[in-house]
Amino acid sequence: MWTWFHQLASPPTFYRFAEVLAPWLFGTSVMLLAVGLYGGLYVAPPDYQQGDAFRIIYVHVPAAALSLSVYTIMAVAGAIALIWRMKLAEVAVVAAAPVGASFTALALVTGMLWGKPMWGAYWVWDARLTSELVLLFLYVGVIGLNQSYADPRAGARACAWLALVGVVNVPIVHYSVTWWNSLHQGSTILSAEGMRNPKISGDMLWPLLLCLAGFYLFFGGVLLRRMQNEVLWRERNARWAQQAVAA
Amino acid sequence: MNAAWAVFRRELLLAARRPAEWIQPLVFYAIVAVLFPLGVEAHDPALKVFAPAVIWVGALLAALLGVERMFRGDLDDGTLEQLLLAEAPTALLVAAKLAAHWLLTAVPLVVAAPLLGVALGLEPLAVKVLTLSLLLGTPTLMFTGGFAAALTVGAQRAGMLLPILVLPLMTPAVIFGGGAVRAANAGLPFDAPLYFLAALLALSVTLLPFAAAGALRNALE
Repeated sequence: MWTWFHQLASPPTFYRFAEVLAPWLFGTSVMLLAVGLYGGLYVAPPDYQQGDAFRIIYVHVPAAALSLSVYTIMAVAGAIALIWRMKLAEVAVVAAAPVGASFTALALVTGMLWGKPMWGAYWVWDARLTSELVLLFLYVGVIGLNQSYADPRAGARACAWLALVGVVNVPIVHYSVTWWNSLHQGSTILSAEGMRNPKISGDMLWPLLLCLAGFYLFFGGVLLRRMQNEVLWRERNARWAQQAVAA
Repeated sequence: MNAAWAVFRRELLLAARRPAEWIQPLVFYAIVAVLFPLGVEAHDPALKVFAPAVIWVGALLAALLGVERMFRGDLDDGTLEQLLLAEAPTALLVAAKLAAHWLLTAVPLVVAAPLLGVALGLEPLAVKVLTLSLLLGTPTLMFTGGFAAALTVGAQRAGMLLPILVLPLMTPAVIFGGGAVRAANAGLPFDAPLYFLAALLALSVTLLPFAAAGALRNALE
């Protein structure tokens, strides 16, 4: 098990491993999203107050959950990159940032589209919204920092430091609805109270869980593909990379 | 500790020889704060409402002016290499350097803030709270800025990157700093936001020098 893990850290082995795994992630994700979105958009009944507008949660909630998860993954990968100097972890930090930024932007935009009919405003200066916006800027900072370095390894490690310091924002975003009086509603699914006494109807919940799983798998596939590209670019002078491109 | 003291003294000495480094942010600060009342109608009551934000954001921008060059000169003349090679822990030396920078560029801003507060029509109590909040908030800003400067010192195309890295991390300080002044203006208790600022100060002063030292070492490799 451990030898396999060590081998996986070498770029050629990782490249072949990702080549096999990524299509499976994408395939499963498409199936889950198809069923989840069908369940969410057609099967689930309209909300008694919000009507059909609530259906945006099938995109908004997974995107928002991923915006936090991706940053956490970046910080963990960053710690691994800095402590054990693992090349693949550096690649993961750099590869994850633009994907995380896209999910953050998607969560913000879908939230705004929902907020206009429900709250009467696209944007309010509220703890949850503001901290999510700050998260977007943190992602942008990581992307910019990486681009400003000529040496990709030094750039990736600088990004790892930034991701580690910026990770303090993640619990702030997550708990902002609990700590402050926020217009944004509290967590419906991920709470002990919600597990015992569900706050969401079952026929609305199962499509949401499928969409969440589908989004996560999609992110896994995109991350693997982006890491493959980054590894290829970094090792473009190595024989294995040239063979992989030629094949 | 001797090494840290030497770094601290060297920064002060350099600043004494080149007073422009600490005077220019002060002038910039005054001009920014003056432009806001000129932009709205004279005697507009909204000015008083926006005064804490104007003074806080102005201080952030003014303090960031010099941060960009904090390690650049040391990198060019080789001082940075010596700091990293020194026997003393790098984090301690970085902290000494940042403390000197705070004393040189941020303390004048804190001293100027009450003047600007009065000019923008704040109540005497709010002016006091504003100054205190800046006194607690500027070291956080300086240490965050120092960390970002350490990240970008090895970058070849940094450009406008530094403020983009620092300002999102400063949002809690602005929220609590502005919140304390707003509470004081409204006659509400204002100690909770000040405690939050103090907590941020404790965290940043103790943890960020280590992150900055790691980033510097990465930049020089």
